[in-house]
Amino acid sequence: MSLPAPLTAPLLSVSSLGVQTAAGRALLSDLSFDLAAGQRLGLIGESGSGKSLTSLAVTGLLGAGLSASGSVLLDGVQVVDAPERRLIPLRGRVASIVFQEPLTALDPLMRIGKQIAEPIARHRALRGTALRTAVAEALDEVSLSDARIARSYPYEISGGQRQRAAIAIALASRPQLLIADEPTTALDVTVQAQILQLLDGLVEARGMALLFISHDLAVVSAMTQDVLVMSKGVAVERGPIQQVITHPQHPYTAQLVGSARALDDMLGTR
Amino acid sequence: MILELRNVSYRYRKGALALTDVSLSVDDGQSVGLVGESGSGKSTMVKLMLALAKPTSGEVLFEGQPITPSTLRRFRASVQTVFQDPYSSLDPRQNIESIVAEPLRSLGLARGDEAREMVAASLTSVGLPADALDRYPHEFSGGQRQRIAIARATVCHPRLLLADEPVSALDVTTRIQVIDLLAELRESAGLAILMVSHDLSAIAALCDTTVVLNAGRIVESGPTAEILISPREDYTRRLVESVPRLPAL
Amino acid sequence: MTAAVIVKDIVAPARRSRSWTLVVGLILAGAVVLIALVSLVWLPFSPDDTTGTRLEGASATHWLGTDKLGRDLATQLMIGARIALIVGLGSVAVGALIGIVVGLIAAFATSWIDDTISAALDVVIAFPVLLLAMLIVAAQGASLGSVILAIGIAMSAIVARLTRVLTKRVLSEQYVTAARTSGTRWPGIVIRHILPNIWPTLSVNLALQFGVAVLAEASLSYLGLGAPPPNASWGRLLQEAQGTVITAPLGAIAPGLALIALVIGVNFIADGLRDVADPSRKRRR
Repeated sequence: MSLPAPLTAPLLSVSSLGVQTAAGRALLSDLSFDLAAGQRLGLIGESGSGKSLTSLAVTGLLGAGLSASGSVLLDGVQVVDAPERRLIPLRGRVASIVFQEPLTALDPLMRIGKQIAEPIARHRALRGTALRTAVAEALDEVSLSDARIARSYPYEISGGQRQRAAIAIALASRPQLLIADEPTTALDVTVQAQILQLLDGLVEARGMALLFISHDLAVVSAMTQDVLVMSKGVAVERGPIQQVITHPQHPYTAQLVGSARALDDMLGTR
Repeated sequence: MILELRNVSYRYRKGALALTDVSLSVDDGQSVGLVGESGSGKSTMVKLMLALAKPTSGEVLFEGQPITPSTLRRFRASVQTVFQDPYSSLDPRQNIESIVAEPLRSLGLARGDEAREMVAASLTSVGLPADALDRYPHEFSGGQRQRIAIARATVCHPRLLLADEPVSALDVTTRIQVIDLLAELRESAGLAILMVSHDLSAIAALCDTTVVLNAGRIVESGPTAEILISPREDYTRRLVESVPRLPAL
Repeated sequence: MTAAVIVKDIVAPARRSRSWTLVVGLILAGAVVLIALVSLVWLPFSPDDTTGTRLEGASATHWLGTDKLGRDLATQLMIGARIALIVGLGSVAVGALIGIVVGLIAAFATSWIDDTISAALDVVIAFPVLLLAMLIVAAQGASLGSVILAIGIAMSAIVARLTRVLTKRVLSEQYVTAARTSGTRWPGIVIRHILPNIWPTLSVNLALQFGVAVLAEASLSYLGLGAPPPNASWGRLLQEAQGTVITAPLGAIAPGLALIALVIGVNFIADGLRDVADPSRKRRR
């Protein structure tokens, strides 16, 4: 399970990360992991495990009333308790997030094309025709080439198309790390398969690091080799997915794998 | 025959067709799974099967007859439902006893002490402690709430349980428990089940027959095992192949 | 509302949450209520007694001094408390009764009827409360009853709009569908499921409307449109004290402070109710 020692500092280095409410209740405790450039890690956990909080804490997006402790070094910059001006250059350029529900992640009052154009204009300083071309390319990359889609509002397109648009926006600023937080949970099964394939292809092509968060063991196993299992705010096990599935060490992991296996078996052998 | 849809079509007020010529039936002891993605028309089908809406053409038959105001009460007592969202299907301002007793009360089946006893028995049958009676929904987890919903749906001993995405909102570990519970009730109470779901594993676990819905039409139906292993239609095959699988052992 | 319910739903949670706004609110509003209750059985002077020296300041006999007719101000103030509470509660009752019924109808109606009702409500809301009240008072004649009716009708539109929105939200919940498939009919659903679920938010709004009603009544009385004497509204006291504010300030300060105490008190209670109403019953994790 040991990885070759990286020659440079990891892209993301999380050390004893904790998240607490204002009242002092710990929602996440003592989380530590590293992610090198181009590396993939899956975060598996059920509701209440703290997995989504992790993605927010890593990008400094924790809501009011929540505070982080410990250390998160993103491209060498400390994120915990960092002021906004230090976090802004990180978001988009170093790390981007794709969220679960594209309907709430997209601005309902802005056309899709414009929403993709914004980060491109800001990060790559393009204008006019160059910008329009870049937007068209971005849409092509996520297979949303139909010109009508760029002119549409989020509610006018399907869930799968919205998620593709959200991915295009996340990738527009050319991040080094993509955080995908349950990106397919709200989608139909056939659409889910397409989106996962799209994500896999794009992450591979651009050599991005991927932090893939999900409650679905089967989905995570399709996207990453390495997995971190979380329960009630604590990391309980880590390892290559094959090992975690065949020889779970922690009782929670065993229960999780057992349930997933039972459900999977219902579908018969492949 | 408990419930039957005969050549049912449903058209929205704006003119779009939600369902076209759909026929389906459920008899005592049967377990039917209805698979469909969003936009397939399955929510409309559920509304029609629960007599919450009328089809634009075709008939919805209960025990072979159309549902009339005089047969409605018997229909409701015979066909009960478990809904998808355990956080929305229980009235937050009522206690568990009141929630589970509602069918008994509204259908005039039992009241007072007799109702209370039936509620307690129902809660026990779903694996919840008797002291849950005086508590409120917010004190329970998603899986427990779904059990309460199942207790409510089975308290008047219906013939058919219509489960609308009963496990989709639950965590994987809880999903298995609720599926096991439903299977157990099928056995012990001889309950017929009609389960609507986009989760093929749940359907495979509980339903002997599967019906596949796409764009308002039934595209394929048959024994679940066959549908999963050798689907005839392209759409069904795509559906089955899209389900993410664990790596083989 | 029985005393037990008051203690359980208001006082106990206030103490539990240590919300000082709720406690201060209860003290302020409670003081006014106490004064009004006492006024029913005892007054320092008779309200028509004009034997006192005019515009006298505070003294041992006249605790708050006298007005320009020689009447005891404290007595007038106490009666005014009665008026404020009667009009406040009366208007809220009228507004709630009409508003909740109209709101429920609009929520259940077909879109055509709903749109018509909503448009009508918007018109009523746009109408200034005082103007509406003046029209009704002019038609019915000035009396306590017509004032309550006027303010109540003006208020009912806001209550109706809120009821409509809250009811629609509840109607979209799965427990309403579950009630229907359990055989419960619509009247039963309204009583058992809709009203209890809209009440927490609605009651906070009604509490705030109480404050609005008290101020509206004071304004009407100030303009001379309120209930005629001997109903000594605080608004009328303010109007009478206008001319002598420099020489006998207590005449304006006393009713002014009383108004502030009651309205702020009730607003604080409403704030406290709002905190108690929903967060403790968090439905979603």
